[in-house]
Amino acid sequence: MIFLLRRLAQGALVMLVVALVAFLMFRFMGDPVRGMLREDATLQEQQELRDRLGLDRPLVVQFAKFVGGALQGEFGVSWRNQQPVMELILDRLPATIELVVVAMIIALLLGVPLGVWSALNRHRPQASLLQTVSLIGISTPTFVTGILLILVFAVILGWLPSFGRGETVEIGFWRTGYLTASGWKALILPACTLALYQLALFMRLVRAEMLDVMRQDFVRFARARGLPTRLVRFRHALRNALMPLVTIAGMQVGSLIAFAIVTETVFQWPGMGFLFLQAVQFVDIPVMAAYLVFIGFIFVVLNIAVDVLYTLIDPRLRTGGAGAGR
Amino acid sequence: MQDAEARSLGRIARLRAGNDVLDSFLSTPRVVIAAAVALLMILTAVLAPLIAPHDPFDMAAISLLDSELPPAFLEGGDARFLLGTDSQGRDVFSAILHGLRISLMVGVVAVLLSMALGVTVGLVSGYFGGFVDSVLMRLADVILSFPTILIALLVNGILRGVLPSTQATATAVLVLVLSIAVNEWVQYARTVRGSTMVEKGKEYVKAARLTGLPPRTILRRHVLPNILSPVLVLATINLALAILTEATLSFLGVGMPPTQPSLGTLINTGNEFLFSGIWWVVVFPALTLVVLVLSVNIVGDWLRDALNPHLR
Amino acid sequence: MASLLEIRGLSVLFEGKRGRVAAVEDLDLDLEPGEILGLVGESGAGKSTVGNAVMGLIDPPGRVEARSLRFKGEPLDLADEAAMMRLRGRRIGMIFQDPLTSLDPLFTVGDQLVETIRLHLGIDEKAARARAVELLGSVGIPDPEARIASYPHQFSGGMRQRVVIALALACEPDLVIADEPTTALDVSVQAQILELIRDLTKARGMGVILVTHDMGVIAEVTDRVAVMYRGRLVEEGPTARVLGRPREPYTKGLIASVPRADRRLHRFPQPPGQADAAPKAIDLGSHWLGAGTRRERSDVPVLEVEGLTRDFVLRRGILGIGEKRFRAVDDVAFAVREGEVVGLVGESGSGKSTIAQMVVGLLRADAGRIRFAGTDITATRRERDLLPVRRELQMIFQDPYSSLNPRLRVREIVAEPIRFHRLASGEREIQGLVLELLAQVGLGPEAARRYPHEFSGGQRQRISIARALATRPRFLVCDEPTSALDVSIQAQILNLLKDLQETLGLGMLFISHDLPVVRQMCDRVAVLKQGRLCELASTEELFENPQHPYTSELLALMPRLDGLAPAPAGALDGSSEANVYG
Repeated sequence: MIFLLRRLAQGALVMLVVALVAFLMFRFMGDPVRGMLREDATLQEQQELRDRLGLDRPLVVQFAKFVGGALQGEFGVSWRNQQPVMELILDRLPATIELVVVAMIIALLLGVPLGVWSALNRHRPQASLLQTVSLIGISTPTFVTGILLILVFAVILGWLPSFGRGETVEIGFWRTGYLTASGWKALILPACTLALYQLALFMRLVRAEMLDVMRQDFVRFARARGLPTRLVRFRHALRNALMPLVTIAGMQVGSLIAFAIVTETVFQWPGMGFLFLQAVQFVDIPVMAAYLVFIGFIFVVLNIAVDVLYTLIDPRLRTGGAGAGR
Repeated sequence: MQDAEARSLGRIARLRAGNDVLDSFLSTPRVVIAAAVALLMILTAVLAPLIAPHDPFDMAAISLLDSELPPAFLEGGDARFLLGTDSQGRDVFSAILHGLRISLMVGVVAVLLSMALGVTVGLVSGYFGGFVDSVLMRLADVILSFPTILIALLVNGILRGVLPSTQATATAVLVLVLSIAVNEWVQYARTVRGSTMVEKGKEYVKAARLTGLPPRTILRRHVLPNILSPVLVLATINLALAILTEATLSFLGVGMPPTQPSLGTLINTGNEFLFSGIWWVVVFPALTLVVLVLSVNIVGDWLRDALNPHLR
Repeated sequence: MASLLEIRGLSVLFEGKRGRVAAVEDLDLDLEPGEILGLVGESGAGKSTVGNAVMGLIDPPGRVEARSLRFKGEPLDLADEAAMMRLRGRRIGMIFQDPLTSLDPLFTVGDQLVETIRLHLGIDEKAARARAVELLGSVGIPDPEARIASYPHQFSGGMRQRVVIALALACEPDLVIADEPTTALDVSVQAQILELIRDLTKARGMGVILVTHDMGVIAEVTDRVAVMYRGRLVEEGPTARVLGRPREPYTKGLIASVPRADRRLHRFPQPPGQADAAPKAIDLGSHWLGAGTRRERSDVPVLEVEGLTRDFVLRRGILGIGEKRFRAVDDVAFAVREGEVVGLVGESGSGKSTIAQMVVGLLRADAGRIRFAGTDITATRRERDLLPVRRELQMIFQDPYSSLNPRLRVREIVAEPIRFHRLASGEREIQGLVLELLAQVGLGPEAARRYPHEFSGGQRQRISIARALATRPRFLVCDEPTSALDVSIQAQILNLLKDLQETLGLGMLFISHDLPVVRQMCDRVAVLKQGRLCELASTEELFENPQHPYTSELLALMPRLDGLAPAPAGALDGSSEANVYG
C-alpha cells in the first residue's frame, strides 16, 4: 500500500515536471499572442487576448491555471489550424493505438520464442546467425525499414497500399480500421515496420536473460533434483527470465508510441505522431505542449501499471521479507 | 570459499590467456570485418572532399541533363556516376560520401559531449550520493522513461524556436548534437553512477579514503580508471544510436537541411521519388547507413562481451 | 556387500584454447552406505568438481573421464543424460553451498517439493503434499503445514538450507553429495545443520559425501576423510586416524595450520616447505617506522568507544511514516590500550564490521563517542581535521581481491600514503621506503613493479599490510583479515600481523567470526550479539570461564579438532602420541 502511494506520488511529481516543461514552452517560445491571432490583428485585439490568457499575471498563477486547464483536457488552440488541441489529439488517438497494439503483439509473439530458442541452442550456427540478424534489426532505422518495405511490396509488387489507413468504421468516437479488409491490408506494412526493431530487441533481451538465469544455482539444483530438462527450462528458467520482460515490455509500449512518429510519417498514417511531427516542423507550440503532457501521462500510467503488475507476479515483492525465525 | 576457488581459477585463466581481448578480437572474423568496414567508412568520411568524384554542392557543375541516371552498372548508366544521379543531376555516390561525413561528425561530437557530461555527473552522483544524487537520478529517470526520438524531437522543436535560423549548417549541427546528447548523457551517468557505487564499496577505495586522500583524487586516480570499460562499450553502442537518431531526425525534416544533406536527409529527399522508379537515390544511402550502424554495433556488441568476464 | 559408490581413475578436464587443465586427476574413492565421507582441501583442490562430476553436472567444455564408476555395483554412465536424470534426485541427492540461491524464488517450497516427489515417486498431488509436509517436519522446520505455502525468501538462511536438504532427501536417495553445505551459515546454524545431516545419515543408512574446506566440520561429522590437493587425492582414511596421525606431509601441514581453540600458542604452526618469513627485527628508535610517534605500552587507552549506536534504514517511508529501521550497533563501549590487541567476535549481523567502519570513520555513528589518541572522531566534521587520525589509524580489509586498485602497480599503491602524508623527503626516499615495507611483509623488490592481479590472495593481503604500514600507524583495525584465505595462508598472514604488532607496538582491533583465531591473536575479547556487547574479558578468562550464556553457547558450538589433532609442539614431525578420537 505504501509502495503504491509512493509510486503515485512519484508519478504526480513527474507529471508536474512535464507540465512545467510544457508550460515554459508554451509561455516563452515565440509569442503566444502572435501565434494565436491573425497576422493583421490590431494592438487592441492583442491586448484583449493577453488579458484573457492572463499573460500579465504572476508566473505561478499562470502555471496553476495551465495545470488546471490540463487537468480538464484544455490545452488551447493549435496555432496552425486554429482547432482545439485536445480535439485534434483525440481524433488521431485511435489510429496510433491500433498500430501500436498490432506491432506489440507481433514483436512479442515472435521475439520471445526466438530469444528462448537461441538461448537454449546458443552453440548452434543458426543461433549465432539469428544473433547477427537481430543485430541488423536494431541497426536498421525504422524509416529505412518502412521505405524498403514500401519499395518491395507497394512499388515493385503492388500488393499492399503504401499510405493511409484504408477504410475505417466509426464506433462512437473511436475510428477503427480493424473491421475492414482494406483496413487490415493498410495496417500490415506499418505494423511490421514498427515491430521489427522491438522484435529484435525482445529477442536479444530474452536471450540474455535466459542465459543469465540458466547459469544460476537454482537451475543447477533443479537439475540435481532430477527434473527433466523440459521442466527445468520452461517451468523454472523461463519464468524467471520473463520477469524483467514485464518491465521492459511495458516501457516499450511507450517507446512504440514514440517510434510511431517515424512510422506514421513514412506511411502517412493519420495518427498522433504525424500530428506531433507537423507541430514540430511548424513550431506549433500548443500541440507540442499538449502532446508532451499527453504522452507523459501515458508513460506515467504505464510505469505505475508495470510496477503494480510486477509486485503481483513476483512473490518476493508480494509478501514480506524473511519471516519466521531461525 | 567456492568463490575464492573460482577466482583463483579465473586468475590462472587470465594469466594464461595473456592479452585476452586482442585474442578474442582476432578470433572472431565477424568483428574484424565489422571493425575494418567501420574504419574504412570513417576514413572515407574524413577524406570525402578529396576522394568524391564530384562536388555535389557546386551548382555550376551540376547539369539537369545528367538527372535521374541509373547506376553505372545498369543499362543506361553513365560511367561518370557510379551509383547514378538524382533528380537534379547530382552524383549519388559523392552525395553519400559527403552525407556520411556529416552523419559521422554529428554522431562523434554528440557522443563526446554526452560522455564528458555523463561521466562527470555519474562520478559525482555515485560517489557523494545524497540530495544531489536523488535530484540528478530523478531527472535521469524522467528522461530515460521517454524514448530517445521523442525527447530529441522536443529539444529540437524548442531549439528551433529559440535559435534564429536553422538553415545555417552550424546551427543545424548544433541543434542535432544537443538533441542527441540530452538523451545520451543520462546513460553514461546511470552506468557510471552504478559502477562508481560498486567501486566505492570496494575496499581499495575505502583504503584510499582512510589514507585521507581528497575525493577529487580518489575519483580521478582510483575510481575513474576502473570504470572506463563500460563507458567504452557504451560510447561505441551510443555512436550507433547517435547516428541512427541523427538520420531519423534528418529524415523527419528537422535535421540537416537539403543543402547540407546527411544520410538521413538524402533518404528523405529520395523518398519523394520512390514511386517514380529512381530507387537508387534511396536505396544506396539507406544501405550505407545500415552498414555503418551495423558494423559499429557489431564491434560494440563484441566489446561488451569481451570486457565483461561474467559472460561466457 | 558392494560399495555404495566406487570411483576409479576419475579425471575432470577443462579444455581451453591454450591446452587443458585437469581439475581432478586420476581419483579413486569408495563410499559405504551409512557413511559420511569428508572431501577436504584448499581452494583449487578440485573437491567440488568431484561432486559435480558424480552428479553428471559438468557442462562442456568440461569433460569427465573414468576407468570405472559404479553406483551400488551398477556401472554409472555419465554420458547417458536420460539415465542420469533418473538417478539424480531419486537415487542421488545434492545440497549446494548457498541456500539463498538454490531455490527457485518464484515457487513456494511446497510446489518445489511436490514437483520433485511426484516426478520421482509417481504419486498423486495430495499424497505428495502430505509427504512434503512430513519431510519439512523431519528436517526440523517448525509448523510445516503452514510453512509449505511459503516462498523461499520468507525463510532465514538456515531454514532455507533445511528446505534444500528436504528437497535433496525427498525420494530417500542412497547417496547425498553435500557441497560446502554450511559455509554460508553462522556457526550456531552450522552446528544444527551438521547434526541434522548426521542424524539423517544414520537413520536412513544413506551415504554422504561432504565437500568442505573446514577441518572443524570434518572432525565434527565425518567417518572417513579424503584429502585433496591440486586435483589429486593425497591421503584417505578414517577421520580420527587422518586428523590424529596424518601420514602425508601435506596433510600434516594442513592440520597444523588450523588455529587451535584450546590454548594460546606464540605462533601459528606453518605447513612444511613454506618458509615462515618473519619480518626483520628493527630498532624503532632509529627506524623510519618508529619516527614521529611515541609508543610505550601503557594503560592509557588509545582508542575509547562509548555508547556507540548505529541504525540502518531498511525501508524508507513517506515523511517517516512506514519507515523500518534496524539497529545494527546498540550502545557499545570498549577501550583499547596502546599496544594491545582487542578482539571483536560475533556471528553475522552482530554489528562487528559496522563498529570497525565507524571506528575508522568510514561510517558515521548515530550516537556515542569514539576517541582516538585524544581526538573525538565522532565530533570532527571536517575531513582535514581528521588527517592526523587518518595517518595513525589504519585498516586491513577482508577481501584481498578488492582491497587493491587493479590499475595501479604495487609500487604506486604503497607509495601513495607516504607521498600524501609527506612522510619522506623525496621520490628517491619514497621508493626506498616502498621496498623496505615490502621486505617487512615478506615480499621481494620485484613485487613493486607488478600489478595486483599477478599475486595470490595471501600475497595481496601482504601488500595491503604494507600499504597500511606506509602511514606509520600506531593502531590497526583488522576486519576479518584472513577469512577469505586458505587455512595454510591464514597461518602465515596471522603470524605476520602478530610479529608486526609486537615489533611496532601497534594497538589493534581484531574483528573475526573465528573463535580459535581470536584466541591466538588477542589480549582481550569482546563478544557481540545483535549489536549489543555481551561480554568483554581477557582472552584466557573468556575461553576458560565464560560468564555470558551466549559466549558459552558460541564456544560449545565451535567445531574443533582439539581432541583429535596432535599436540602442535611436535606437529611437524608427526611423532607425538595423540588422543585418538572416540
